[in-house]
Amino acid sequence: MTVRFTVNDDPVELNVPGMRRLLDVLREDLGLIGTKEGCGEGECGACTVLLDGAVVDSCLVPVGQVDGHAVRTVEGLARRRPSAERPAMPDDLNVLQMAFLETGGAQCGICTPGMLMAGEAFLASGRPATDHAIREAIAGNLCRCTGYTKIIEAIALAAARRDAGATQ
Amino acid sequence: MIEPPLASPDDLAAAYRLLAEELYRPLAGGTDVLVALSGRSGPPPDRFLDLGGLDELRGITLDGDGLVFGALTTYTEIRRSPVCRDLLPAFVDAAATIGAAQIQNRGTLGGNIANASPAGDMLPVLLASDATIVAGSARGERSIPAASFWTGYRQTALARDEIVIRIRVPLVADRQVRFRKIGTRRAQAISKVVLALSWVAAAPERPWQSVRLGLGSVAERPIRAIQTEAFLEGRLPTSDTAATASVRVAAEIEPINDVRSTADYRRAVTGRVLHRLIREAGGW
Amino acid sequence: MTLRTPSPPAIDRAPLRREGPAKLTGTALYTDDLVFPGAWYGQTIRSTEARARLLDVELDPAFDWSRVVVVTAADIPGPNIVNSIQDDQPILVADEIRHHAEPVALVAAPDRTLLQEAVAHVTLRTSPLQPVLDPLASGQVFAHYEIVAGDIERGFAEASLVIQGEYRVGHQEQLYIENNAMIAVPRADGGVAVHGSLQCPYYVHKALRRSLLLSDAQAQVIQAETGGGFGGKEEYPSILALHAALLARACGRPVRMIYDRHEDIAATTKRHPAIVTYRSGVSADGRLVAQDIEIVMDAGAYCTLSPVVLSRGTLHAGGPYACPNVRIRSRAVATNTPPNGAFRGFGAPQTEFAAEMQVNRIAEALSVSPRELRRRWLYRPGDTTPTGQVLRDSVAAEEVLDRAAEAAEFERVRERTAAARAGRDGGGDGGHVAHGIGLALAWHGAGFTGSGEVHLASVASVELTGDGRIVILTGSTEMGQGTKTIFPQLVAEALGVPMASVEFAPQDTALVPDSGPTVASRTAMVVGGLMIGACRRLRAVVEERSGGPFVDTYRGDARDHGATRIDEHFEPYPGVEFDDTTYRGDAYPAFGWASAIAEVDVDLDTGEVAVRSVVAADDVGRVIHPVLAEGQVEGGTLQAVGYATIEEIKLHDGRYLNDRLATYLIPTALDAPRIETILVEAPFGGVPHGAKGIGELPMDVGAPAVVAAIHDATGVWIHDLPASPERILAAIHARDGAAAAVAIDPGSLR
Repeated sequence: MTVRFTVNDDPVELNVPGMRRLLDVLREDLGLIGTKEGCGEGECGACTVLLDGAVVDSCLVPVGQVDGHAVRTVEGLARRRPSAERPAMPDDLNVLQMAFLETGGAQCGICTPGMLMAGEAFLASGRPATDHAIREAIAGNLCRCTGYTKIIEAIALAAARRDAGATQ
Repeated sequence: MIEPPLASPDDLAAAYRLLAEELYRPLAGGTDVLVALSGRSGPPPDRFLDLGGLDELRGITLDGDGLVFGALTTYTEIRRSPVCRDLLPAFVDAAATIGAAQIQNRGTLGGNIANASPAGDMLPVLLASDATIVAGSARGERSIPAASFWTGYRQTALARDEIVIRIRVPLVADRQVRFRKIGTRRAQAISKVVLALSWVAAAPERPWQSVRLGLGSVAERPIRAIQTEAFLEGRLPTSDTAATASVRVAAEIEPINDVRSTADYRRAVTGRVLHRLIREAGGW
Repeated sequence: MTLRTPSPPAIDRAPLRREGPAKLTGTALYTDDLVFPGAWYGQTIRSTEARARLLDVELDPAFDWSRVVVVTAADIPGPNIVNSIQDDQPILVADEIRHHAEPVALVAAPDRTLLQEAVAHVTLRTSPLQPVLDPLASGQVFAHYEIVAGDIERGFAEASLVIQGEYRVGHQEQLYIENNAMIAVPRADGGVAVHGSLQCPYYVHKALRRSLLLSDAQAQVIQAETGGGFGGKEEYPSILALHAALLARACGRPVRMIYDRHEDIAATTKRHPAIVTYRSGVSADGRLVAQDIEIVMDAGAYCTLSPVVLSRGTLHAGGPYACPNVRIRSRAVATNTPPNGAFRGFGAPQTEFAAEMQVNRIAEALSVSPRELRRRWLYRPGDTTPTGQVLRDSVAAEEVLDRAAEAAEFERVRERTAAARAGRDGGGDGGHVAHGIGLALAWHGAGFTGSGEVHLASVASVELTGDGRIVILTGSTEMGQGTKTIFPQLVAEALGVPMASVEFAPQDTALVPDSGPTVASRTAMVVGGLMIGACRRLRAVVEERSGGPFVDTYRGDARDHGATRIDEHFEPYPGVEFDDTTYRGDAYPAFGWASAIAEVDVDLDTGEVAVRSVVAADDVGRVIHPVLAEGQVEGGTLQAVGYATIEEIKLHDGRYLNDRLATYLIPTALDAPRIETILVEAPFGGVPHGAKGIGELPMDVGAPAVVAAIHDATGVWIHDLPASPERILAAIHARDGAAAAVAIDPGSLR
């Protein structure tokens, strides 16, 4: 079937089986390999993307249901997109990515793209950045490296900077 | 991954026509059925029917003395619904225990019902709330009480051309519903035991009427503990009541050992959690 | 709870993670992200029995096999052996299936649909054999050790208190979030290049060379970005690389073998289950006078690294306590279950759990604070270990204990929990959630056991290239722990140059030397030490030639003299000697020390445990990068909390029942405690920078601390891991003598 949607604000039109997983469409059909597969059954959250601003496991979303909607992936976060010629630099990162880099929120990095999307959705929700609220926001994203401590710190730091920016 | 064909009807009538013609696996939020595409647990369904475009199946509305949930109502929508929080807070409690944000944003009440897992988190709440499940097909609509909807292990009362279209929950004056899920961890966990208890009492010191006890993960399907309900009927939430009820419910259920827990644990915990819910209600 | 206003750490002390921006923008390339045009997809046909005779691999004649390739044991050019300690594990089963999910045949196809069709047309014909599933009934011993110090009989004769216990710990899955993955690409010279998720490129290199009969150059191993290892990608990738390479050889094209989670859990290694029987004797004046310990580890069907895992477990089994009379006997035995292997802690978490349980139970029996008892017994400089090693310096048991206990206010919280427990026992309403606090202390040998480092003969190199770049050349890998950040830090400091001017060569066996495996918390200590040595020599060479400081002259030196490469070879640490045959001597060049204090809430109705906080004090020798070091402690602590509470593999007839992420559960952010890390520095004099390693320390203490806290809350000891709600409730029932199927809180029955 033909599906049309946007990925990181770019329009996409594809002729694919409607039951193809959004994850496979992103990684294989669109080459957006930033989104990772960890379990294929909605348990680990490594494949988390935003669908109309809400976190979803892209391994559980058939692309047929994405028709007409907006998808955001980790590739859409940086202020400046890296390329093969020009690898990512700290200056390219958005507020949340930079907070992860500074606090040590990314270790092996495989959960990081999904974790960032959960963090972005949390920041966008405007909820106060309490410890419990952040933990709940990332409870669908498993990390085996960090004990979550520095991920929570990173999201709190990004929220504090966002709030400071908002009051300026 | 196996990618069977997907039909995407624009309205309910078109969906009914397709269902009348061929066997489809209905697809709502996809959180249960997409796992089947790996082929690991047997061949996946031949074709899917996307209900996602059917706006008739959305929304939470107050309808006289009942609250009506469209089958596509997501857990996130339940959690955020002010009317649901006011009138059926146990639904909000239960929805909050399902998966995590990713699953709550996609998973639907109708999907939870039709998937018919014995561990389905919302199902004991529906049983305790006397919910009615409305099934639709080209042949028309019919209402099925929750108590007779799940007929066996992953079996429902739905005919092969029927889908769940909405859920009606009566709003009963002075009814209290309490929910508790015991899982292995605090998010992303399938339950070891789910328990929903309801009763009607005009005041805390009045005997309990219309007692319902819905249980998940203790049988091949979500069940009501009829004998324990009968024992609790007309009683006050005293410590004697709690002690006897917890022994009764443990004797009434036949849980199994599986990969998530043991029969002994499920039996003991069902009794103890029931005990605690009665104690909390009694305020002693 | 509101968070303290976070502030980022200072960059000069904690430089930003090197590969961080790539990981944070989704541009870091993990194995499954690599594109090789024309690559085929490979899959493994696995056994479905614990033990059987393989009669035939039947290919359905109705299927057109010309479109795919199939590989069986007969197609392996060299020995059908996965190179490891013993030559017992086949790459593909030739005659006897020894465990469930054992690889028997391989299939590759140009697309996934055809691959699935082909796999469906392969049938394994087998005839069943009786499996051995109980390690205590196994007659096949892969390794055994005995350590004796003093006279155990005399020790117990002197004891006025003897505490005995049997402790059982189960499998634990590493559960890196990136599954095992490998892509093999045929080389023009008849060899093969493999790109994969792995910890030890040279292990894989050796395995490929041996079984595919390749030269050094023909076998090329390139580490892709690696999404976590924790030991799970130490030895297993050798098998996967051999499989992918065999298929690539058969079809003449690149072959991708990317495990899904189910296959990864079902087929790859786990932490060894163990049964530890422990008897401790305490004299009337409160001295620890005897320890008699027997350890049985379940190795699974093949030897893998079990002798080394068992060795570390054996050497640590006494815990960090001086005891004059010790006997430790251990064996690793075969069962018809999937082989177990390396996992953070490497045998020590199993035995130190038992050691700490004993100490906590003795403290209870003596009515002494668990902290006070440890203060009496713990190792101090000058003490001798059961192997006869005299602990001369870098001994920080007391410091980590005190720092953790003070930060956690251990004694004060313990008084409160004791009062609450007394209230419940007295029939008062102590509430249905009980709070508890627990303590553990551990030691962890830094680097390889015994003479391991001497055998490894690691090399690390620094090159000043002809065009004036400074390049680190090492086989040590980055898998999240920070190698790519701390090595440039160390090199920059040793050369006196800015960190930004230090490059890190890719982990490609065609480019970098064998620095030994990236395991055993040895990278920062051992390879970091070599790296500094190489830098000092490079600096001396350049400064002698130029007569000026390195930072000002190295570019000119490169122009004038061309490239200068320094290969630094491992030299034994002076005064460190170990006899592998008698198990006497210096088991490790130094030890790291760790303490953890956990606070838990236990729901007395359901047995559910919430670990609220862990204070972890870890002696790492010298902190190189505080943020990365804390990250290691925090991550290891949560893995230990998972081990203590929820992580469990359930088996039936030798098959893992919960081989999915929906059924093998690890803690989420909502389950994770608040973790406070205290980094203690007792430097190791054998390396220039004093570092001792960090990754494994928190794994040794988390579980016993949590179980002690559960005891503090409930009054029951859980001897088996995980301390699941099922076990806790059963223990409470057993203690309370509840006869009925449902035991109701006694207070409420009145």
